[in-house]
Amino acid sequence: MINISNVGRRYGTFVALEDIDLQIKAGEFFSLLGPSGCGKTTLLRLIGGFDVPSSGSISIDGAPMSGVPANHRPTNMVFQSYAIFPHLNVAENVAFGLNILNLTKAEKQARVDEALSRVRLVGLGSRMGSQLSGGQRQRVALARALVMKPKVLLLDEPLSALDKKLREEMQVELRQLQQDIGITFVLVTHDQYEALAMSDRIAVMFDGKIAQIAKPQEIYQNPTSRRVADFLGGMNFLETANMRLLGENVVADVAGFGTIANKRRGDEMIDPAKATLGIRPERLRIQWEDEKAKNEISGKVLSRHYFGEVTNLVVQVEGQPRPLSVVETNDFGADGIPVGSLVRIAYDEDAFVLMKE
Amino acid sequence: MRSEATRGWLVISAPLLYALLLLIGPIIVILANSFWTQDYLTIDRTFTLDNYRAALGEPIYRDLLFRSLKVSAIVSVVTVILAYPVAYFISFHGGRAKGLWIFIITVPFWTGYLLRILSWKVILGYKGVLNSALLGLGVISEPLETLLYSLNAVIITLAHSWAAFAILPIYVSLEKLDRTLLEAAADLGQGPIRQFLRVTLPLTLPGVIAALLIVMIPTVGDYVTPKLVGGKDGVMIANAIQVQFGKASNWPLGAALAVTTMIIVSMSAALMVLALQLFRRLMK
Repeated sequence: MINISNVGRRYGTFVALEDIDLQIKAGEFFSLLGPSGCGKTTLLRLIGGFDVPSSGSISIDGAPMSGVPANHRPTNMVFQSYAIFPHLNVAENVAFGLNILNLTKAEKQARVDEALSRVRLVGLGSRMGSQLSGGQRQRVALARALVMKPKVLLLDEPLSALDKKLREEMQVELRQLQQDIGITFVLVTHDQYEALAMSDRIAVMFDGKIAQIAKPQEIYQNPTSRRVADFLGGMNFLETANMRLLGENVVADVAGFGTIANKRRGDEMIDPAKATLGIRPERLRIQWEDEKAKNEISGKVLSRHYFGEVTNLVVQVEGQPRPLSVVETNDFGADGIPVGSLVRIAYDEDAFVLMKE
Repeated sequence: MRSEATRGWLVISAPLLYALLLLIGPIIVILANSFWTQDYLTIDRTFTLDNYRAALGEPIYRDLLFRSLKVSAIVSVVTVILAYPVAYFISFHGGRAKGLWIFIITVPFWTGYLLRILSWKVILGYKGVLNSALLGLGVISEPLETLLYSLNAVIITLAHSWAAFAILPIYVSLEKLDRTLLEAAADLGQGPIRQFLRVTLPLTLPGVIAALLIVMIPTVGDYVTPKLVGGKDGVMIANAIQVQFGKASNWPLGAALAVTTMIIVSMSAALMVLALQLFRRLMK
């Protein structure tokens, strides 16, 4: 659907994007995820036609987009600021682009009504753009783009201006909407939970380059680099020694844990000199029973952080230079473990994550 | 809230009082005079409407007032039409030189008003810059006589004099325009012209209205420009008022003419604002 090949964007000497190769499939919910300044918005603007690449090319639905201005592209955008026309009311905002489509008045009205009901704004058509709440503005921006029936909908941090509760509701709603209408969504976000919750695939970007493209579970469970792992949730990076390839496995001596064998995925090339082993905080569990678990380590609680449904315990494990973070649900009283006490921690053998770099 | 408002009034009270006295004082004097009668060297202070009868009834004053309104309307429209692209250029393409551009626009104001008018005499005169240039290029065979001492000369000179006052408010309203709105319009399939007509122009209309009023209101009452470059066809109502207060020494009639002009200008300004609001609504 969208084919981005070898795209770069330079501003003077500053390289905003470098060697971007990306194929986005029709009907896919695709997210560009990364910290601010990583080039994700620049890439979205290149797709929308608000900026031109310094090198490389972009095609949408088979048509090359070089030299095609934004007003002739089969894309529509939901802007981060929403860009609601303040001098027009909601219905006029939504109908703004319909003049180019050669519709009759009745058809136009039907389209506007349909778009407004899709984003649950029925009855607010005559409200002025300047009198809307943040959530309403977001819905108007969405309706205004969807009413054009674009092949691709571009969303530039559409939920970042909303409060947490509304943001979570809108994540579900946006995903549902995308499934209903079946068009390609390209979302830019710096919120990993947003990307994980909504996307079919995610591209994580750092410093103008794509670090990894994968499905949400894949990218969370098998990040290819320390940076990706660190950006997507918490990760305990482990001190290892003597990492080596052994048949199908990558084996390492992990201080405190013993020798850990990690199965190599597919025919991936792993350089043991560069690879890092890690474990997610939620894959470490407090061992409550007296009997020893199959895999168990022990450590001293350095600090405790309460988050409502979970507690994060920072535990110093013998042999590991950095304390490990253990995230435990509060069902069994993890929030009551005193700081300074010794705890036993159980883990599964397949919980380790091997990162190539 | 209340005390804050009180404090606000207190802060501005001194200049406000001063401004009101200087504004209302002269208006009261003019208003009073307009209901009196000049009796050779003294003024007869019995109430009369004769001055207004003359101001509104005599064809000469009616014509002059009508001509003044026409000139100021043309001048303000011409000025704004010329000023908009300048302001647009500075705002959209000025880049880092925006401040410099604004500075350059104010440079003519470093010389006196009279000098600027007289320089147009040099340009538009019988043997002036424009005629010499056109003759030299062979466009005309003899100097154009209609350039100077005509209504056109008044319009050209005034439009130039007031250009900066039109550019600035339009520039400010363009600067306030959120550029993302133009991207949104482009995103919704609108080409550059439609973006301008449907987003830029409606949202900068307050600046345009301000510019029109700023130019229109003072030009109605201008008497220096018509006197210097207008000739007999360029005489405006303010020249007539000036004569009444000067040579003719008929203050009451001059006052009545001034009051009439003031009211009619206010009414036409209000009408213009209403018309533009209507236009804005139609443009959606």
